Amino acid sequence: MASTPHIAVIGGGSTGVGIARDLAMRGLDVTLVEQGNLTHGTTGRMHGLLHSGGRYAVSDQASATECIEENRVLRDIASHCVEMTGGMFVKRPEDSEEYFQEKLQGCKECGIPADVVSGAEARQMEPHLAKDVEKAITVPDGAIDPFRLVVANAASAQEHGARIETHSKVTDLLVEDDEVVGLEVEHASGPGKRVHGTEGGTEEIRADYVVNATGAWAGRIGDMADLDIAVRPSKGVMTIMNIRQVDTVINRCRPKGDADIVVPHETTAILGTTDEEVEDPEDYPEEQWEVDLMIETLSELIPMLEEARTIRSFWGVRPLYEPPDVGSEDPTDITRDFFLLDHDERDDLPGMTSIVGGKFTTYRMMGEQISDHVCGKFGIDAECRTADEPLPGSEDFSVLRDYMDEFGLRSPIGRRSVERLGSRADEVLKTEGPNPTVCECEGVTRAEIQDAISQSGSDLNAVRIRTRASMGNCQGGICTHRMASELHGEYDEGIVREAWDELLQERWKGQRHALWGEQLSQAALNYALHATTQNRDNDPAGGDPVDFAAFDSGVDHTDDSGTADVAADGGKPDGD
Amino acid sequence: MAIESEILVVGGGLAGLSSALAAARDGADVRLVSYKQSTLRQASGLVDLLGYTPDGEGPLTDPYAAMPDLPASHPYRTVGVETVREAMAMFDEVSGYEGGHTDTNALLPTHGGTIKPTARYPRGAAAGLASDDRDTLFVGIESMTDFDAPHVADHLDAAGVPFDVRGETIRFPGDLRADAKVTRYAKLLDTNGEVAVRGRKVPAREALAQRVNPLVEDAERVGFPAILGDDNPGAIRDALGDQMGVDVFEVPMGPPSLPGLRLEDKLFEALDESGASFETGNPIVDFDGEGHVERVFMEKNGARIPLSADQYVLATGGLVGKGVESDRDGVSEPVFDCHVPHSDDRYDWFDTDVFGDHPFAGFGVETDDDLRPLSADGDVEFDNLRAAGSVLGGYDFAAEKSGSGVSIATGYAAGTSAAAEVR
Repeated sequence: MASTPHIAVIGGGSTGVGIARDLAMRGLDVTLVEQGNLTHGTTGRMHGLLHSGGRYAVSDQASATECIEENRVLRDIASHCVEMTGGMFVKRPEDSEEYFQEKLQGCKECGIPADVVSGAEARQMEPHLAKDVEKAITVPDGAIDPFRLVVANAASAQEHGARIETHSKVTDLLVEDDEVVGLEVEHASGPGKRVHGTEGGTEEIRADYVVNATGAWAGRIGDMADLDIAVRPSKGVMTIMNIRQVDTVINRCRPKGDADIVVPHETTAILGTTDEEVEDPEDYPEEQWEVDLMIETLSELIPMLEEARTIRSFWGVRPLYEPPDVGSEDPTDITRDFFLLDHDERDDLPGMTSIVGGKFTTYRMMGEQISDHVCGKFGIDAECRTADEPLPGSEDFSVLRDYMDEFGLRSPIGRRSVERLGSRADEVLKTEGPNPTVCECEGVTRAEIQDAISQSGSDLNAVRIRTRASMGNCQGGICTHRMASELHGEYDEGIVREAWDELLQERWKGQRHALWGEQLSQAALNYALHATTQNRDNDPAGGDPVDFAAFDSGVDHTDDSGTADVAADGGKPDGD
Repeated sequence: MAIESEILVVGGGLAGLSSALAAARDGADVRLVSYKQSTLRQASGLVDLLGYTPDGEGPLTDPYAAMPDLPASHPYRTVGVETVREAMAMFDEVSGYEGGHTDTNALLPTHGGTIKPTARYPRGAAAGLASDDRDTLFVGIESMTDFDAPHVADHLDAAGVPFDVRGETIRFPGDLRADAKVTRYAKLLDTNGEVAVRGRKVPAREALAQRVNPLVEDAERVGFPAILGDDNPGAIRDALGDQMGVDVFEVPMGPPSLPGLRLEDKLFEALDESGASFETGNPIVDFDGEGHVERVFMEKNGARIPLSADQYVLATGGLVGKGVESDRDGVSEPVFDCHVPHSDDRYDWFDTDVFGDHPFAGFGVETDDDLRPLSADGDVEFDNLRAAGSVLGGYDFAAEKSGSGVSIATGYAAGTSAAAEVR
C-alpha cells in the first residue's frame, strides 16, 4: 500500500461529493467517478428544501435533530447556495389539532426554533395562503440549490487534489483474493459528452478502498461483486410553477401524506411530492395523476395554484433502505436515516463500504461519518474540517458591492449573477469582452456560461445545472441555440450540434408534464422557433445531402443596385 | 347601436390581414379588430408555403406539386391549389417580397445555422440564397448572443452548402451596451447617427462598413443578423454593400423579429390603402347568436362594445397566438367556442421526442369546404363565420414549414368568400 491511501468514490451526487471533499481535505488521494453529470441521480431531482427538521419532528426525532444541526452548518459553509426563506407548517380546519401540538412539541424537543402564528399572521407573511388556514408553526426551513452545492463540493475536492470524472460509468468492481481492489470504468467520449478529462475507452482505477455512494443505484454496483444491497427506490413527483406563489416554504401540518409541501426556489415554486416504490430507478412510470394531485391538493393551502402556470414536472427516486428484517409495506414508513454497510463486516468482502438511505440536508454529516470510517481503516487520525471551511463561492463574502456598475450588467441580472456566484463573482464576471445576457428568463450572462463550460466541458446540460440557463419560463425556447453557440469555438461544430440536441431533448422531457394553458402555448412557440425559424427538426447537417441546384437561385438585381465603392479605410474589426 | 360593417375580421396576423385585404379589394366594407401584437414579431418574416410533406419528405422543390397529395383535412386541400396561387399573387403584389418569379422553393440560411425551404423572402434576404454559389461571409456582433457568425458558418458548411463560407465576429461601432435590443441597432442604422471610432465621429453605416471591410477578402456577399434598419433597410443594405463592394443580406432571427415586423407594417399599410378600417388593442370577448353570429362584443376600457357584421372571419391564431386555448381538461376556441378536436387524455397531446409528431401542433377548428367551423357532430357552427390561419386544425405548420402559406391562402379564401356573400 502506498503511503497515502487512494480512495475511489462512486457517485457524483451530494453524498459522493461530500465524501470526496471530506477525504481530500483530510489528505487522502481521491478519485470520484459518476456515470452522468454531477447530480445526475437523485440529487438533481429533489425539491431543493433545506430541512429545518420540522418535517421529522414527530416521526423521527433523531433525523430531525441532525437536520437542524446541518441546516445551521450549511447556512454557514454554503451561503451562496442557500436562501433562508423560513418555513411554516400550516393547519387547515380539517387537520388534527393534536398533531399540531405534537409537531410544536417535537420541534422544541429537537432544538428547532418554532413559533405559533395565527391564520391572519400567516397570511400577512404569505398573502396567497387560503383564507381558512387556522394557524401555523414557523420553522427555519430554507431553499437550497442542489446543483450549485454539489458543484462547489466537487470544486473544493479538486482544489484539495481529488480527481473528478463525470460521464464515467463503473462497469465492474475489481476483486482480487476476495478483496475489492478497484473499479473498471468506461469513459464516455465523443459528441455531447464531457470532452475534456479522460476521453473514451476503459480504465482500471485501482484503489486502496472503494466507497459506493450511488444511492438508488447501489444495488447495481453491489451486483458486480455478488453483494445483495436491497435499496428500495421510491419515486416522488415535483411540479415547477412559473413564479413564486410563496416566498416561504409551506408545509401541510399533518402526518405523512402526498402533496404537502411548496418550496420557493429561485424564480419558481416547486410542489411536492408523492412516495411510490418502484422497481428500477431509471425506468418507472411518470404519471398524470401525480401532477394533478400536486395541483389539486396543494390548492387547498394556496388556492391560486389551481389556475397557475406550471412549467415542467420531474421525478426523483429516493434511495430508501431498511435492514431486510424490518419489512415495511409502505415506502412512507421506511426510515429516512442512512446506513453504512461495511461489506467486510456484512459480507466478508473487505475493501468496500456502501452508503444507502439518508437525506440531502445531512449529506455533509454522512460524508463525515463515512470518512471517519474510511480513515479508521487506515489508522489515519485526521480531523474533519468540512463543517468549518466554507465552500468555494461562500468564502468571506460579507461585503456586497455594486456589481451592476462594476460589470456593466442591468441590475436584476447583476444581482442574480452575484447571488449564484457568491464570492466567485469577481473571478467569473471580470471578463475582457462585453458580457451580454444569454438566458433572459434566469438572467444568465455569457461570463457565467463560459465559466461553466470551463468546468464541465461540452455538456450543455452540465452548463445548465451550473447556471440555471434554460430553466426559466421559456424552458430554453429563446436561449438553447445561444448556449450552443457559446460552446462553439472551444468545440467543433459537430460536437456542439449534438450537445444542443441533447439539451433540447432534456428540456422537452420535463415540460411534457406541464402541457396545458400557458405552457402549452409556450411549447408551441418554442416548437415554432426551433422547427420553423431554425428548421432544427430537419437539419441537413448530418442528414441526407441536399440538391442545392434544384432550388430557386433568385433573380439578378445587379442592374438596380448601386455601384461598388470600396472604402479604403480599414479600421480594426474588434474594437476601437 | 352596434358598430356595423359588412365583414368583420377578428385577428390581425397574416391570416386576418390577408382576409381583410382580399375582401376589401373585392369591394366589401371591412373592419378588422385585433387584440395583442400579432405573432409576426416572433416569426422569421420568411413566407413558407410547404417545405416538407406531413411524412417528413423534403425539402420539397415544388410546394404546389405536393399539395394535391396532402391529407384531405389539410387547409390547402380545403381551399385548393388554384386559390393558393391567387392568394400568393395578392401577397406578392402588396408585400414587395421576392420568390414569386418561380414555383420552386428557395433555401435560406437560418440564424441556427441550418437552411430552410421557403417560398417568399424579403428583398433583404435575397442575396443570401443557399442555392446561389457565391462565397459568403457572415458577420456577427460580439454582444449579440442570438447570432454567432462563426458557428452559423461552420454549421452551414456541415450542411453542405455549395459555396465557401466564413464567419467573423465584430464589435459594433459606437457605444451600445452589451444587452442592447435589435431595435436599438436598427434605429442607429436607420438614422445613420454618428458613432465614435477612435475619437472620430463617423456615420454608423460607414463605421460598420469600415469595420467589416478588411474581413471581406474573397467573399462576394456578406450576411448580417436581421438588424439592418426598420424604416430604411434597403438604403442601409445598399450603403453597406456599396462601401464593401459586395451584396449584403440579412439572416432572419427569433423574436423580436425585424423582418416579421416590417412585413406586418407593410400589410397594414396595404390594408389602409384598400379602404378597410382597423382597430388594435382590444379583445373580442363574447358574441350573440345561435347558428348565425348576430354581433360580437369588444372589451374596451372596461366597457362592452357591440360590433355587428353580415359575415365574420375568425383569424385569432393557434396555440401561440391564443386563438386556441387549453387547460388541464381540454382544448377550446375562446371567442365563439367552436369545437376543437382533441384527445381527452392530455398525455396524448404530444410526442415524447422533442421534434416528434406532436398532436398539439395540429390543434384547431375543423371546417367545411367554405372554411366554416364544424361542431363535434360535423354541422356548420355558424352560417356566417369562416376561420383562417393557425386557428385551423389539421396541419403541423412547424414541421411542414407551411404556416405563412396556410395563413395567406385561407385568409384570402375566407375574405373572398365572405365578400361574395355580401355582394
